[in-house]
Amino acid sequence: MEFDLPLIWFGIIIFATLMYIVMDGFDLGIGILFPFIHDEDDRDVMVNTVAPVWDGNETWLVLGGASLLGAFPLAYAIVLEALTIPLLIMLLALIFRGVAFEFRFKSSAETKPFWDKAFMFGSIIATFAQGVVLGAFISGVSVDGQRFSGSSFDWLSPFSLFCGFGLMLAYALLGATWLVKKCTGTLKTTMQQLAKVLAICLLMTIGIVSLWTPFVQPNIALRWFSLPNLFYFAPVPLLVLLCTKALIRALNTEDDYRPFLLTLALIFLGFSGLGISIWPHIIPPTISLWQAAAPESSLGFMLIGALMIIPLILAYTFWSYYVFRGKVTKDAGYH
Amino acid sequence: MFDFDATVLARIQFAFTVSFHIIFPAITIGLATYLAVLEGLWLKTNNQIYQQLYQFWVKIFAINFGMGVVSGIVMAYQFGTHWSGFSAFAGSVTGPLLTYEVLTAFFLEAGFLGVMLFGQNKVGKKLHFFATCMVATGTVISTFWILASNSWMHTPQGFEIIDNRVVPIDWWQIVFNPSFPYRLTHMTVAAFLSSAFFVGASAAWQLLKGNDTPAIRKMLSMAMWMALIVAPLQAVIGDFHGLNTLEYQPVKIAAMEGHWRNEGNEPTPLILFAMPDMDKQTNHFSLEIPGLASLILKHDITKQVPALTEFPAEDWPNVPLVFWSFRVMVGLGVLMILAGVWSLYLRRKQTLYSNRLFLRLVLLLGPAGLIATLAGWFTTELGRQPWVIQGLMRTQDAVSSHSVTHLSLSLMMFVICYFGIFGVGYRYMMRLISKGPVSQGIEHHG
Ligand code: HDD
Ligand code: HEM
Ligand code: HEM
Repeated sequence: MEFDLPLIWFGIIIFATLMYIVMDGFDLGIGILFPFIHDEDDRDVMVNTVAPVWDGNETWLVLGGASLLGAFPLAYAIVLEALTIPLLIMLLALIFRGVAFEFRFKSSAETKPFWDKAFMFGSIIATFAQGVVLGAFISGVSVDGQRFSGSSFDWLSPFSLFCGFGLMLAYALLGATWLVKKCTGTLKTTMQQLAKVLAICLLMTIGIVSLWTPFVQPNIALRWFSLPNLFYFAPVPLLVLLCTKALIRALNTEDDYRPFLLTLALIFLGFSGLGISIWPHIIPPTISLWQAAAPESSLGFMLIGALMIIPLILAYTFWSYYVFRGKVTKDAGYH
Repeated sequence: MFDFDATVLARIQFAFTVSFHIIFPAITIGLATYLAVLEGLWLKTNNQIYQQLYQFWVKIFAINFGMGVVSGIVMAYQFGTHWSGFSAFAGSVTGPLLTYEVLTAFFLEAGFLGVMLFGQNKVGKKLHFFATCMVATGTVISTFWILASNSWMHTPQGFEIIDNRVVPIDWWQIVFNPSFPYRLTHMTVAAFLSSAFFVGASAAWQLLKGNDTPAIRKMLSMAMWMALIVAPLQAVIGDFHGLNTLEYQPVKIAAMEGHWRNEGNEPTPLILFAMPDMDKQTNHFSLEIPGLASLILKHDITKQVPALTEFPAEDWPNVPLVFWSFRVMVGLGVLMILAGVWSLYLRRKQTLYSNRLFLRLVLLLGPAGLIATLAGWFTTELGRQPWVIQGLMRTQDAVSSHSVTHLSLSLMMFVICYFGIFGVGYRYMMRLISKGPVSQGIEHHG
């Protein structure tokens, strides 16, 4: 049997990106929610809910980058060069928030507020930059032969900025529902209230992005509104609506798990829209994933490792979450 | 000397960020193994000293690890943002190797780190020990893959060039390329040495302050055993590494030796000190030992070592930089060997923990491992110039097409942020070290 290796790797990269958005999404979301919580102890609890797992979450970002380099070197080279500025901003912001996990607890009382801010702004800026990267990616990258042919600021557009804003809402909602699951008392109720507002805002944002996307890329419009396709996509908006409704209902109950799971479903739906929009390009709007693929010998070599090791990674990641299961409270801070 | 064109700026930025990065892995790799040993000894002997030391070093490890992770992510993305020519040309080789590193090492480290740092009360002792061992294993596996990738850039093999890009043919040959075994062992030992002197200097500091406890003595003792055994080993590995480089990158060796030309049949001298001058193609103020370089590199006093002028000048690296960073590394290596031997002598005289001159030297050598590691990398990487992949791709063809303004600004941002953040991180580490290990068990953060 012949395997379509580039296609399999496209799938793995989408999977890694989705894992990243979901996993690092809620821990970035916690930083985005910092402005709404002022109590120091509450903030400690919030950070402690993710302190043991944030590093593993961020590793999915590294997997996405590394496998893009290995499987689609041309795409990695061209897309990253085009998006250098927002990516560097994201990386620097991730540094600030990453070290803040440790520094917050090692600093003196006078400097702790500084690292609180570093965590908060780092999370906010990193998320915003990621959204801009996504938006700019959908909008397309100019290519001449094998090289990026645009300018340093091609990524800057109202659409990409709006995507940055949208991703902040998505991560904040993930963070809030995660905290509903991990916290008790007033912190939990605050998060339930916040999550409801965020869910409605996110719904509107998904709507706007969906209407806007076809206009930034004529190809996408073609794909969306041609006949058999329209028929396949029609259920997606419907499911998004249903999900949001169920989410708000769940937030009105004491349920711990359902809000988080429904948010995951919502994010997943939004993300599938993105996949449909760029398919089958790895550098929209011109270069297909087969054109940018690495030689078979690279793809095959990587695939052996990925198929054997990713299940193991999922297993011990799950175990680590299991070890740190349950509610986190003020006195039981295990940091 | 420097016209700051885009390539130079991109190189400075890469050198700056990777130099900051390697400081953290060097300590992470060594400390992770040290922590695994401490915890293992504690489980086996139930001696409280080991637990005290574990509790003490795990906090420092946590800060260092966090800084290693965030500075590493920058590296992984920089290949695309700043070296897009390189990535498009050779990503088919470096990408899969980096992917294996993520799959087999980064996830392992990150997945078990949470349990290692925060799980003392959540899992049993044995399982906790297992988590520590997994983190330590992860750091070594990480070294394996990244050095395979880097060594391949120095001694590439196992590929063909088709349509102006690298197509891998034989992965075994790619991973186990000629310089890889030497670079892997040399770097792993460098990490152990860096950590040994880091730990040793912390102990010496405490002892000099008059804080003389069994745990602190144990720290110094373990560190100095490590130095005694491993520092000479490093010199031997380094020698073999040099022989390998002579075979595959003779220009680099000529630059390291400051060796400009061979006259007649005269054997090559070893230059201890000199000011190499690239314009005049000669050394000023040189102090040499006749024939010694022939002896070291050829193992034969009559054979000559290839000289710079036997190669086209456009293939030369920056000779003074390579020459001097090599000497810094070797000089520090010799000091470490001496410190190890001295410690053995003092042990026999039973004054290891009280000889202040020795303790001061060990304190001074605290950063020596890290400085030698950096100097070694500068020798290796600058010595490969003007190639980014030896013989295959020139550095100037590897770089992305960003403007000079763009690159200057981003370099400035990196410099400011790195010095700020990692400077503070180092302060926190030093503050923890200055407190020294304490005798009670688990304690809370203040
Ligand atoms: C000798 C070993 C060594 C060397 C030469 C490098 N690294 Fe490194 N790196 C490590 C050893 C290491 C490590 C020990 O595995 C780290 C350090 C601290 C840590 O947490 O993991 C790490 C972390 C680390 C991370 C974060 C991993 C995570 O998310 O957990 C990335 C993405 C990289 N590195 C990438 C690179 C790149 C692209 C390099 C080349 C330019 C590089 N490293 C040089
Ligand atoms: C971590 C330790 C390392 C240090 C301290 C280090 C140091 C350096 C330095 C100083 C340069 C600049 C040389 C110059 O441009 O004049 C450089 C360049 C470079 N190195 Fe390394 N390096 C390290 C590891 C690696 C690894 C593991 C890889 C590959 C996987 C790598 C790939 C490169 C590349 C792509 C360049 C840029 C092109 C160039 O300037 O040659 N380096 N490195
Ligand atoms: C004392 C005798 C030593 C000798 C003879 C020696 C030899 C060498 C040589 C020849 C290279 C260049 C490899 C190349 O051509 O690419 C090198 C690189 C390097 N050295 Fe050393 N070295 C010594 C000590 C040390 C010490 C004490 C450290 C650190 C603790 C160290 C760390 C490194 C590192 C990190 C590199 C770059 C990575 C590599 O290419 O292996 N070396 N060494």
